[in-house]
Amino acid sequence: MNIAEKILARASGKEEVNPEEIVEAKIDVAMVHDLTGPLTVKSFREIGVKKVWDNQRIVIIFDHLVPASSVQAAELHRVMREFAEEQKIENFYDIGRGGICHQAMPEKGHVKPGDLIVGADSHTCTYGAFGAFATGIGATDMAAVFATGKLWFKVPSVIKVDVTGRFQEFVTPKDLILNIIGKIGVDGATYKGVEFAGPTIRNVSVAGRMTMCNMAVEMGAKIGIIEPDETTLSYVKGRTKEPFKPLKNDSDATYEKTFDFDVTGMEPQVAAPPSVDNVKPISKIKEVEVNQAFIGSCTNGRLEDLRFAARLLKGRKIKEGVRTLVIPASQEIYMQALQEGLLETFVKAGAFVCNPTCGPCLGGHLGLLAPGEACISSSNRNFIGRMGSPKAYVYLASPATVAASAVTGKITDPKSLEA
Amino acid sequence: MIAGRAVKFGDDVNTDVVLPGKYLVLTLNPQELAKHAMEGLDPNFAEKVKNGAIIVAGKNFGCGSSREEAPLALKQAGVKCVLAEFFARIFYRNAINIGLPVLECPGISRKVEEGDELAVDLKAGEIRNRSKNVTLHAMKLPEFMLEILDDGGLIEHIRKGMRSK
Repeated sequence: MNIAEKILARASGKEEVNPEEIVEAKIDVAMVHDLTGPLTVKSFREIGVKKVWDNQRIVIIFDHLVPASSVQAAELHRVMREFAEEQKIENFYDIGRGGICHQAMPEKGHVKPGDLIVGADSHTCTYGAFGAFATGIGATDMAAVFATGKLWFKVPSVIKVDVTGRFQEFVTPKDLILNIIGKIGVDGATYKGVEFAGPTIRNVSVAGRMTMCNMAVEMGAKIGIIEPDETTLSYVKGRTKEPFKPLKNDSDATYEKTFDFDVTGMEPQVAAPPSVDNVKPISKIKEVEVNQAFIGSCTNGRLEDLRFAARLLKGRKIKEGVRTLVIPASQEIYMQALQEGLLETFVKAGAFVCNPTCGPCLGGHLGLLAPGEACISSSNRNFIGRMGSPKAYVYLASPATVAASAVTGKITDPKSLEA
Repeated sequence: MIAGRAVKFGDDVNTDVVLPGKYLVLTLNPQELAKHAMEGLDPNFAEKVKNGAIIVAGKNFGCGSSREEAPLALKQAGVKCVLAEFFARIFYRNAINIGLPVLECPGISRKVEEGDELAVDLKAGEIRNRSKNVTLHAMKLPEFMLEILDDGGLIEHIRKGMRSK
């Protein structure tokens, strides 16, 4: 079996599972945030169970509309605070305590290799970076998990993405995953798992692995996953005291198909609107002027992302007319970026540094777009209306490309800025 | 039998157009959500479906976010059923869970036109296009999903299970 099958077999108490089989599995960790939590709580109350199945296995994180962007958001936050208190949910990260859920989850030790994790957020697949089977579900499914601790899953067939080659300077795991999505397509992995493997992946940092697994859902995938190794274990061991058992692929593990990618010579990649698979190498992007540049999100708001951006912005000024938002993904990253002087670099360059939040990525708050405006963004979706007006344009790229574009005011290869 | 007129959409209709993120603060008020369903693609959608309609879409309907408000807004707006070439997985689960029937029907986008009168037999997985006088065959739903839909959604299904214990 591959890792995905092994985790579902363990969680459903079976010796073996096979693709397409439907299993009922026990959930190790269940996460909701401030926007999906309230509907989960409403449905949970309708089920009529008094207590959640296990208050230690539920994690609540405020990130989408923090601090409250409207009275309605404040009311949703109150619903969740009251629920956390009533159900004695200790793993509750209020404003200022955690950050974006997909960063806070592993940082706070809630993600362990071999675990089965569900989150009421589509980018829950991020935790596959640690060898967990992690997938997004809706509020009613989550209410059922809160009540019973169990959920049905169809065992996915898994596509293997084997990556070789060395990244060029200023080309990052974000460029690789955009390139992969461009080839596989926005529906190319629907219902399936995607496992990232090969020597290049072994050399990718934890942050880069999270970026890649995070965007598996943009191919329709149920999970993205990477076999745990020393890089994984050294991160996880520093974060949790709980025991865990990393699972590896069997030598005869089977896959639906394998795609080979070579990053040698790969340029920075850009996903042009209105689809995440509308991916082009940056040299093929015609001149696009941008009104806004966004560095952040659960995809690319980590320390190495901010370092990359700061390297390009240090000693430079952001082009007049380009509003540049920098949002560290968590309190911990915010503190590190503060101590390293990265935030100072951003502010001096003319960027607006915000508190950890999903904010503009989903058009929630802190930087929506007007009709006709264009944004270059390190986030994960460029759908129509995603960041505000349905007549605005979102281009997805790496934090390095976003920073370079902020300086010139048009979509720019970071290499050309350094030359 | 579910009957209604077809309202058509293309491929890869994502949850950000089904219900934009800026309206998610209305999450506990389905009537308000319903007013904004599909407004980015069709500003007249709410008016068009208020007396009941069947969405016919291309491939990968409902891709993107896990927001259950997307199928909830459609259902509340008057959509009785969604037929598509295939669905994105979270939307699919969410729709069944809130009692909005969804059927995968390969080839349907070519065989139905906007405004066609459809009748859907969920159990048989059959779609009768009365305007064109043809019958289309969808992938049948597994028995347990039909039961969830029959009960009006997952919550009622679980409650029923608990009552019978």
